[in-house]
Amino acid sequence: MTRETHQLQARDVSFGYGGADIVKHQDVDIPTGRVTAIVGPNGCGKSTLLRGLVRLLKPTSGEVLLDDESIQGLRSVDVAKVIGLLPQNPVAPDGITVADLVGRGRYPHQGWFRQWTSEDDLAVEQALRVTNTTDLADRTIAELSGGQRQRVWIAMTLAQNTDLVLLDEPTTFLDIHHQVELLDLLVDLNRGSARTIVMVLHDLNLACRYADHLIAMKEGVIVGEGAPDEIVTAELVTKVFELECQVVPDPVSRTPMIVPLGRHHR
Amino acid sequence: MTLTETIETTSPFTGRRERRRRETAVTVVLLALTATLFIATMMIGSYWLKPWEVVASLLGIADDPSVDFIVRDLRLPLAASGLAVGLALGTAGIVFQKLLANPLASPDFVGISQGAGVAAVLSIILLHLGAVAVSFAALGGALVAGALIYALAWRGGITGYRFILIGIGVSEFCVALTGYVLARAELFDAREAMTWLVGSIGQTGALQLRILLGALIVLLPTAVVLGRWLSVLELGDDAASALGVRVEVARVSLLAVAIVLVALATAAAGPVSFVALISGPIAIRIVRTGGPVLLPSALIGASLVLGADLIGSHLLPVTLPTGVITGAVGAPYLIWLLATVNREGRGG
Repeated sequence: MTRETHQLQARDVSFGYGGADIVKHQDVDIPTGRVTAIVGPNGCGKSTLLRGLVRLLKPTSGEVLLDDESIQGLRSVDVAKVIGLLPQNPVAPDGITVADLVGRGRYPHQGWFRQWTSEDDLAVEQALRVTNTTDLADRTIAELSGGQRQRVWIAMTLAQNTDLVLLDEPTTFLDIHHQVELLDLLVDLNRGSARTIVMVLHDLNLACRYADHLIAMKEGVIVGEGAPDEIVTAELVTKVFELECQVVPDPVSRTPMIVPLGRHHR
Repeated sequence: MTLTETIETTSPFTGRRERRRRETAVTVVLLALTATLFIATMMIGSYWLKPWEVVASLLGIADDPSVDFIVRDLRLPLAASGLAVGLALGTAGIVFQKLLANPLASPDFVGISQGAGVAAVLSIILLHLGAVAVSFAALGGALVAGALIYALAWRGGITGYRFILIGIGVSEFCVALTGYVLARAELFDAREAMTWLVGSIGQTGALQLRILLGALIVLLPTAVVLGRWLSVLELGDDAASALGVRVEVARVSLLAVAIVLVALATAAAGPVSFVALISGPIAIRIVRTGGPVLLPSALIGASLVLGADLIGSHLLPVTLPTGVITGAVGAPYLIWLLATVNREGRGG
């Protein structure tokens, strides 16, 4: 079960939920083997774009391409072997243990009548290990803290053993300590096994620090794309977030750091 | 990089194997309980039989015409009906609850049983139909109610919340209509209709029983196999589709199986209340691993119906129909559920 590298692109895609399109005629190229962060204000369509890329939404125009093939034409389980997604609000069934929940990530690798195999055991074990949740394996989800819970969900997504891992606001509800811990973990995953990571992030400074590639969106349109230190300027932030600010180098990582200028601090 | 290279030693946690062992053990114990109650139903009566007499007669290894008459002709239909109705309700209940992510979302609360009820009452009171025709009317009523709820709840997909609310609406409409028809009925017809509405495995006809058993042979294994979808669907729609499940196909198939099971069970015995509501949660609490509970839930349903019939027929000073006993057990549970479910935040 060697993981291959796969390429995810979108050509002229629009996505919506029945009404007006939320994402409008955009081209996207996800850099293979890198960490990409999608940023933008609330309601700009960043989660919609992410959900569309993993075909939770059908495009109203254009198409999403996985290795140059339209993703709509592929079988659902085949897509699920290549792209994993951690949604914004997954539901943990009552009473389920960590190991069992992580095991459900093996679904696309199992057939209708195939029993649980040692390969599944190995995948679960590795997912627990890299997310540092092995000690929690026999606990129930209800017993865990928010940070632990989020690591367990990531473990489930990793057990799926996909080349691409997409995460929809994985740091929401986490305090700053656990946000940093989680982003460190995602970068480890990217460096350790060349997984392509795509995440929607709220915190622009953390996005600049952790992402190799930034996609900035506003009102359903990509307004800036590239390496953070190349594209993040005061003008871009003002345009995207309608916020006056200064951009200075982060004293630790040297990546761009946004210092907002509120009405009281100009 | 392969997984087998990165991991040299084998699993440090044995939890999975222990949990599977527990799930198997629970299923075996429930199977034994169901079998015991099934045989007990055929032992007890105005003429008591020994368990081996029942088993020997069922298997055709003893040749005692009077025992054969009591077991096969008098008591087997009742026991088989209790078993089949319980299995069907137990399965359908847990499928609804898991699929709609709500312990209150059992088919007897979201209008399926009430659809059967209004059709049965109309056919008894207005059309004066016989027992077989009444149960076909009930079957039709349940299927129409199920299809109606599904169609009304559909907005490019189904959410559990909307399905439940519309189901409650359909349920209330059916109950109101049933009440109106009953109020206008002749006393004799009204009594007959009320007897049907209470639900009892004693009223199952031979034909209805055969149809229900035939359906169970196909649908019970189908439900267990489709249960694989349930275990992923309960993580939420987004997670399920990201794992490769075609969510709508899975949901329609599972709901269809459950609706047909409830419809046939209700057609056979009337709306035996609360069995579908309580079987699943009991199964979840007994199994306790968060693993698959379809089969345990089906067996608990069967045990509840058979047990309720034994109590109603033999343990009380007056003979009571199955539905009264299950109601007496189920109602306190419902109150407890209503009092606690929203505290856990998943009551919708």
